Order: sequence, then structure tokens, then C-alpha cells
Amino acid sequence: MAAKPKLYYFDGRGRMEPIRWLLAAAGVEFEEEFLETSKDLEKLRNDGSLMFQQVPMVEIDGMKLVQCRAILNYIAAKYNLYGKDTKERALIDMYIEGVADLNEMYLFWSISPPNEQAAKMTQMKDKIANCYLPAFEKVLKSHGQDYVVGNRLSRADIHLVELLYTVDELDPSLLANFPLLKALKARISNLPNVKKFLQPGSPRKPPMDEKCLAKVKEIFQLK
Amino acid sequence: MAAKPKLCYFRGRGRMESIRWLLAAAGVEFEEEFIETREQYEKLQKDGRLLFGQVPLVEMDGMVLTQTKAILSYLAAKYDLYGKDLKERVRVDMYADGTLDLMMMIALAAFKTPGEKEENLALVVKKAKTCYFPAFEKILKDHGEDFLVGNKFSWADVQLLEAILMVEELDASVLSDFPLLKAFKTRISSIPTIKKFLQPGSQRKLPPDSHYVKTVRKVLQL
Repeated sequence: MAAKPKLYYFDGRGRMEPIRWLLAAAGVEFEEEFLETSKDLEKLRNDGSLMFQQVPMVEIDGMKLVQCRAILNYIAAKYNLYGKDTKERALIDMYIEGVADLNEMYLFWSISPPNEQAAKMTQMKDKIANCYLPAFEKVLKSHGQDYVVGNRLSRADIHLVELLYTVDELDPSLLANFPLLKALKARISNLPNVKKFLQPGSPRKPPMDEKCLAKVKEIFQLK
Repeated sequence: MAAKPKLCYFRGRGRMESIRWLLAAAGVEFEEEFIETREQYEKLQKDGRLLFGQVPLVEMDGMVLTQTKAILSYLAAKYDLYGKDLKERVRVDMYADGTLDLMMMIALAAFKTPGEKEENLALVVKKAKTCYFPAFEKILKDHGEDFLVGNKFSWADVQLLEAILMVEELDASVLSDFPLLKAFKTRISSIPTIKKFLQPGSQRKLPPDSHYVKTVRKVLQL
């Protein structure tokens, strides 16, 4: 029997969370090794486990993979969540890269100093409300189907719904004017694997709190 | 006959340069529309061709594609530059994303204040010498093959050459401790499609200058 994939990261969302969501949606059980201190990161670096000295790193199928997009692409293709051909794949990629851009904004907001957070939050909410959510609502409206691409579940649905949960946490009113996105969120949340992941006790991580932030700053030696 | 891909971006490297390199390496001729004014940009946005209101934009095969990595992945798959199976593909992705990270640092440095810019570029050279280039030198050493993945030319090789040349523009001696990368650079540069792209008069763009930075700032209202 194949070993379970093993995720190396800190005990928080950061850049690893989309990978957790995708594995969970694919029904794949995984293990996690959490970095607690900068020494843990140093050890991984010295072991030669991190190609570019960075995490996330995922051990899967005999490989030590780094670079989120590479890892996610591999999982999506392996578990058939990447569309049926290169054109569907291109659409999926376009949509999820948009989600990734917004995730980056969220990540940087969550680790910025308190005095910068308000301005970053305003900027983020503006982009969410006026750029990203309208774009995705329009996609759903254009084909009227239950899934974002190709009338079948793909990683696009998973990454987008993960984003909608984050948006909901930031400000539930942001989703008010997007009925199709709300319906997608409900529908995807009901899929057995996703439903399980959304329950307490799953590997899903909570939003960054002060304790986690302090740990992250120490691990990565951030100012 | 299929129409040529059409690229829409500023007249400079930025996030479009890797796409130009990959098309050129694949021997695909392409057209370019250059954004010079705010009005042009606003029209593009109103036309609805920019999914998230941003460029790069590439129109090809009946699709209107934005998002750099989506475009690059599509091209790599279409022109058989993505490895032969999933395990090779993930390595191409890992290596390509690593080099893209490095090149993005250079692209973004152009928009910093003079002091910050110098500091950032020095950091890029340091990262190249201590992190990225050692990683690629090791890959080439471990398998002893001519190309990064699967003993066959791929997107990863194109990006690594592009990154090497970009960092050499900052520090000409950056490959001095990396003999295999030096040989790699020579080898990949002499592939006919790449050789052609490296010649003056090709669609390869110059490093960002003050005029480019000014145009981008004006158009994007940065």
C-alpha cells in the first residue's frame, strides 16, 4: 500500500492550505509534520529536502515536491481534477491563478503589522467585491452549470470555494450580491469529502492568530 | 491556417517575457500589441477581455487567456515541452516556478526607489548564487544529461536560460562557480529557435528602463 502524502509546513494555513483542501477533496488521507521553530526549518534545509530552501514541501509518490503550483498541479492531474483536455486545463489555470493572487494578498495581509492591516484590508475587499467575485459569478452565469469548468468537479471548484470561505470570514456581506457563487459554495460543501473536511477535527486550519503569527515570524526570521 | 498568437502587454519584459521566450523556443511566430496609454488599458478592461482586469493577455486558439502561469502551462503542453508524464511534468513545474520567482524579483525591483532597487537586485544575485543556481547545478550533475528533465528539451530549460541571462545582466560573473550551468547556457543558446531569439531584431525585450517604468506606472496608475 502506498504511503500517505506527508506535508511539511507550520501549523497554519499559509501557502499549504489549498494543498490540504485539494487532497481532502480528492479523498486522500495525508500526514503533516509541523515546523515549530527556525531550527526545524534549518534542519529541513540542511537535509537537502527543500529544493529552493522553502516550504511548502510535500513528500508524495517517492518525491519531495516544492513550489505550491507544481504540487497542486500534480495532485489535480493525479486525481483527475484538472479538466478533460488542454483547453479546459487552460481555463481552470486562468481561474485558479486569479484565486492564487487573492490568496497572496490575504497571506500578506495576515502577516502585516497592525498599523498597515486596515489599508490592506480595504484594498483587498475592493478587489474581492469589484474584480474577483464578479468575474467568477459571470463565469457561472455564462454556462449555467453546476461546476466552474466542463460541467464536472475540478480543482477550480475546490480552490474557489476555499476562497469563498475565506471571504466569508473576512466579511460575509461581500458574498451577498453573488447568488451563483453562494449556490456553488453550498453545493461543493455538500460533497462528502469536502463536508468531512469542513467538520471540526479535520486537517483544515483556522485563520492566523497572534500566537501562530509569532511562531511564523520566528520560523522564517521575519521582522 | 491558424492565426498567430497575439500578445498584449507593455513594450518591455515584465510578466510577458517568459511567454515570448517559450513561444520563440517552440518556433511559434506571434504578434504583439503594445499598451502605451491609460485609455488603451481602460478600453481593454471595458472590452471584457481581461478576466481579472490585468495583462498579460494572449489570444490564441480561439481563447482569450490571462494569468501568466496559465498561459505558460498551455504553451508548454501544446508544444510538447512539458515532460512525457506526470512525474516529469511536476519537475518541469517545480523548476519553472523556481526560476519565475527569481525573475519576478528582478522585474519588481525596477519599480522600487533607487536605494531599494539596488538592495533588491543585490539580494537577487545573492539568492541566485546561494540558492537557485546551486540547485540547478546539482540537478544537472546528478543525472549528467543535457537537459533538466527527461533527457529532452522542455519549458524548464527555456526558463533557466532566460533566468541565467537576466542575472548575468546584473553580475556577469554569476556563473563562475557553476561549470555545468555554463555548459548548459552555451548548449541551450545554440538551439536554432533560441539562437534566433537571441539575435538583435527579435521580439526579445530589453531590461526595464526609466521610460518603461514611467509608462507602466502611468497606465496602471501605480
